[in-house]
Amino acid sequence: MAKAGSEPRLDGGGNPVWLLLELTYQCPLQCAFCSNPRQFADYRQNELSTAEWIDAMSQARALGAMQIGFSGGEPTLRKDLEILVAEADRLGYYTNLITSGIGLTEARLHALKDAGLRHIQLGFQSTDRDVARQLAGVDCWERKLAIARSIKALDFPMVLNVPITRQNIGQVPDIIDFAAELGVEYLELANVQYYNWALLNRDQLMPTREELERAEAAVREARIRLGDRLTLFFVIPDYHEGRPKACMNGWGAIHLTIAPNGDVLPCSQATNFKHLEFPNLRRQRLEAIWHDSPVFKLYRGDAWMPEPCRSCSEKETDFGGCRCQALLLTGSGHEADPACSKSPHHALVRQAVQQAQRARLVDAPLIPRHASQGIGP
Amino acid sequence: MSAHAITPHDRFEIRPPFLFRWEDSQQAHVLLYPEGIVKLNETGGDILQLCDGKNTVGQIIKQLSQRYCAADETTISNGVLNFLEVSHGKGWIRTTA
Ligand code: SF4
Ligand code: SF4
Repeated sequence: MAKAGSEPRLDGGGNPVWLLLELTYQCPLQCAFCSNPRQFADYRQNELSTAEWIDAMSQARALGAMQIGFSGGEPTLRKDLEILVAEADRLGYYTNLITSGIGLTEARLHALKDAGLRHIQLGFQSTDRDVARQLAGVDCWERKLAIARSIKALDFPMVLNVPITRQNIGQVPDIIDFAAELGVEYLELANVQYYNWALLNRDQLMPTREELERAEAAVREARIRLGDRLTLFFVIPDYHEGRPKACMNGWGAIHLTIAPNGDVLPCSQATNFKHLEFPNLRRQRLEAIWHDSPVFKLYRGDAWMPEPCRSCSEKETDFGGCRCQALLLTGSGHEADPACSKSPHHALVRQAVQQAQRARLVDAPLIPRHASQGIGP
Repeated sequence: MSAHAITPHDRFEIRPPFLFRWEDSQQAHVLLYPEGIVKLNETGGDILQLCDGKNTVGQIIKQLSQRYCAADETTISNGVLNFLEVSHGKGWIRTTA
């Protein structure tokens, strides 16, 4: 009979289980921590059509994908979102919408519910209006509160996702109270990961270890106080912890991202590998891309690993960390993730933490995500 | 979750936002929820399939004892109760009136 906790570990048996559709990189917000490509504006003319997205979903479903995320940019800018959700539901996916909420109306929420949408992840910056404006680059605080309430009124399961930065970390206790009062099921205090716009703003965004520990203490206290009412996620970020994250469960293992132009990526950050030529849905079938494309095979498994990962006992749990972070910080995607204290490049991460502390004294403005800033290294 | 022990008269159903279904590509029952998947082993899947809000725990035990041709119902009963407790603790199921 079933034993306690008997959950066979899920892997795709070599096939994808997660499909993330980045429907568009357009967005009414200009978040300073946005992880979209710096060249997001270039994708605008080339977005896949409704029929192409539907074809992508059905190909991935045939490969075994079960979870689908509609993301962006702001996915609600696509007028065909309801059609895509309905089709995903029909194909048997568990449908997740990852949105800033700006672009949602009550009418659209109803339509999405009817289409079979199962869950909404709402991005939220702060309970403090000024901080929210500072981080999002625009003032949309009231609209966000209103839409958060509408989502709950329609009884959607909801994750409130708050990217944690130096600017909003002091408001963590307020944010927890807000989430509890709203009645969301999950609150994800997601420490910002430093890619693209966030990397550009790293010195201004990164909290200190002390701030993180205070926030963690508030989370621990709230978990006891709120019990089952609210599930709280909070992880001390890799930069401070000396431990790399098990990024994507390994490159090309279970995750598939499709960019607005049909580029198929092992992870949404993979476009940081500027020298790679990404396979595209308009030219190839997903099955061939997943199994045979050089990009997906590049870091699949562990044959590519140099030391210290190669002989490390943790390589099956963290897969050597994030390939994109290794690339961005060391210049080579083959290195151990420098967030790992065993990496010969770990000093880079420690320096970044120190540099961010010094930068506090200067307090330079945040660079908002904006097309005019999109060119550059 | 409530601490009192599960009785044979209790009825359980899958608790939203969890979605329970058979997944061909995994040849297994799965539970899908916001941003997560649990793949169930065969017996786990069999038990949850019977958690339809109508069967009592006693009926589930009886049906599974027959299905597995169990000589001894106690083993099945312990296994079912144990699994239901774990599932309830994880928030996959809830009691129905
Ligand atoms: S992080 Fe902000 S700017 Fe970037 S896509 Fe999300 S809401 Fe838009
Ligand atoms: S050395 Fe490599 S495998 Fe070992 S813990 Fe660090 S990143 Fe992970």
